[in-house]
Amino acid sequence: MVDLGDLWKRIRSRRDRELNDEQAAAPLRSPQTLDLAIAPDDPLVHYFQANPGVVDMDALTLDSPALAALREADVRLVVPLVSQGELIGMINLGERLSEQEYSADDRQLLNDLAAQAAPAVRVAQLARQQQQEARERERMEQELRVARLIQQTLLPRELPDLPGYEIAAHYQPARAVGGDFYDFLYFEDGKIGIVIGDVTDKGVPAALVMATTRTLLRAAAERLSNPSTVLERVNALLHPDIPPRMFVTCLYALLDPATGRISFANAGHDLPYRHSASGVEELRATGMPLGLMPNMTYEETEVILAPGESLLMHSDGIVEAHNPAGEMFGLARLEARVAAHQSGTGLISDVLSELAAFVGDEWEQEDDVTLVLLQRSLWAEEEPMVGDLSGAGATEPAPPEWRLLATFSLPSEPGNERRAMEEVAAVVAALPLSAAKLERLKTAVAEATMNAMEHGNQYRAEEPVTVEVLTNDQSLAVRIHDQGGGAIIPRSARPDLEAKLAGQQKPRGWGLFLIENMVDSLNIHSDESHHVVELIMHLSSGEA
Amino acid sequence: MQRLQQDFSASVRYPDAGRPVAIIDLQGEVNSFAESALNEAFGVAEAQEPEVIMLNFSAVDYINSTGIALIVALLARARRANRRLLSYGLDDHYEEIFRITRLADFIGVHPDEESALQAIA
Repeated sequence: MVDLGDLWKRIRSRRDRELNDEQAAAPLRSPQTLDLAIAPDDPLVHYFQANPGVVDMDALTLDSPALAALREADVRLVVPLVSQGELIGMINLGERLSEQEYSADDRQLLNDLAAQAAPAVRVAQLARQQQQEARERERMEQELRVARLIQQTLLPRELPDLPGYEIAAHYQPARAVGGDFYDFLYFEDGKIGIVIGDVTDKGVPAALVMATTRTLLRAAAERLSNPSTVLERVNALLHPDIPPRMFVTCLYALLDPATGRISFANAGHDLPYRHSASGVEELRATGMPLGLMPNMTYEETEVILAPGESLLMHSDGIVEAHNPAGEMFGLARLEARVAAHQSGTGLISDVLSELAAFVGDEWEQEDDVTLVLLQRSLWAEEEPMVGDLSGAGATEPAPPEWRLLATFSLPSEPGNERRAMEEVAAVVAALPLSAAKLERLKTAVAEATMNAMEHGNQYRAEEPVTVEVLTNDQSLAVRIHDQGGGAIIPRSARPDLEAKLAGQQKPRGWGLFLIENMVDSLNIHSDESHHVVELIMHLSSGEA
Repeated sequence: MQRLQQDFSASVRYPDAGRPVAIIDLQGEVNSFAESALNEAFGVAEAQEPEVIMLNFSAVDYINSTGIALIVALLARARRANRRLLSYGLDDHYEEIFRITRLADFIGVHPDEESALQAIA
């Protein structure tokens, strides 16, 4: 242990011996700090490290800015403090107060001082450095907590409950919080917006940009119906305010659940995979990341997600994950997992298992991992039963958007189909629907409600049947939801009346056949827990 | 709004038509609740061994798929006993349903009692 106090006493007593009483009574001139920055490659540094001991400034002939600065400050002697070969400080002495030259004793004393002070100073420096590092770590941890909080607060708490579809999402933040996000937007016409994005950078800056982007997207999507114009608007608003060298990749897909039609635009985000009967394909729509450049436009593409097909959206945290050998997980591995799943069920957990096996136990996750899966349930049959709601292929202009006219629920009790029928009739009374078509609709509603109560809900009164009535001005839709699901509603074959009359078949089995023949279109969606029967009637202003 | 069994009734009469005919006047809703009353009335009608049984739907305002199944069962029963089954008084909508289900191929569909009786004269 170095006793600096003892050294100081030795200096002081020596001074006192050399000065007269009056001078000695004067306080010792307090040390001054010389604020001097020395470049690491300054020759003086090398000199000090190579020549321990007191150095006389006047005796040096080095081409050194530091030396010039020391002389400028009237420094006569320098005592380098060298610890483990590294210059960690200097004791700089000006002229002696007595104006005498420094003696050999003085120099020896200073050398002793340096030899003891250097390790002590080093220890103090290390302690201070550790304190600073601890404070920095704490600050960074706090920042990460804030970033995580921002991000997790803004991610959806619930997945959309979409009859006929299964939506799953997985978000696994990297320790540094990488700026991934996803979002679901709900529109009155029943459409669902699905957003996945990734902000460059990490931590709080990324989280703040993510929060801003999410807000801008929600606001733009509320007013604008096309994904391309939504991204265009968000880019225009984000670009002036985003910090330099930051940008956001973002995919925005708008799903019409009734038809499976998905329109989407992509601001430089990883391409989603669609798994259909013909295999796995990447869905492309070109566009620059948000916030990178002003005045960007975005391509918009449409696809139909047919029953049984799935769409996987992902962030680069998966494909760019590295294993211990430095290999990337890569798109090929991800695509292979998508291809291996005929239906999307279990795809996300399969991808995550594959990723975990690839990166190994010691993986320090480099970036956020985000997956959003949209799976359309199988229809009752492989083909739409009577005409798709879209009524046409993807090239035709989209029909006007559906508006909800009424929704109501009924307990599953025998006879309540009459209530459903009468309520629907009252709701549609003002619509241009002929008397004959109204009667057909009533029968279809009653039959579908009866099926929902009987087959879907097993006539359990506490499980309601929900009826929605919608119109898009061209057509009328009645959607009848039950709590059944699981079992697929079989497509009705034309009942064989002769066989029934001959006693070879039961007399029953007319419900679905009647419905099919009463309405212009019938769609049936089934998933694990619901059936939705959708009855479509075309309206005509020419009809009475 | 709860609909109860009382919403259906059926009664049998035997018009003077020159041949054995039974008319079952149906009233209300032909659905699952109608099953016992309908079968009972049919049994009453059959007791007189009519050649023709007519179903009068004039006072029926609702037939559902279960009701269709009940009518199919009655038709099968009538055919086994070599009896003709006729109907009248169906409104346009249910007449269409009789055509769609092909019940109209086996059950004569007439607008009213008079025309139905003329059809068997």
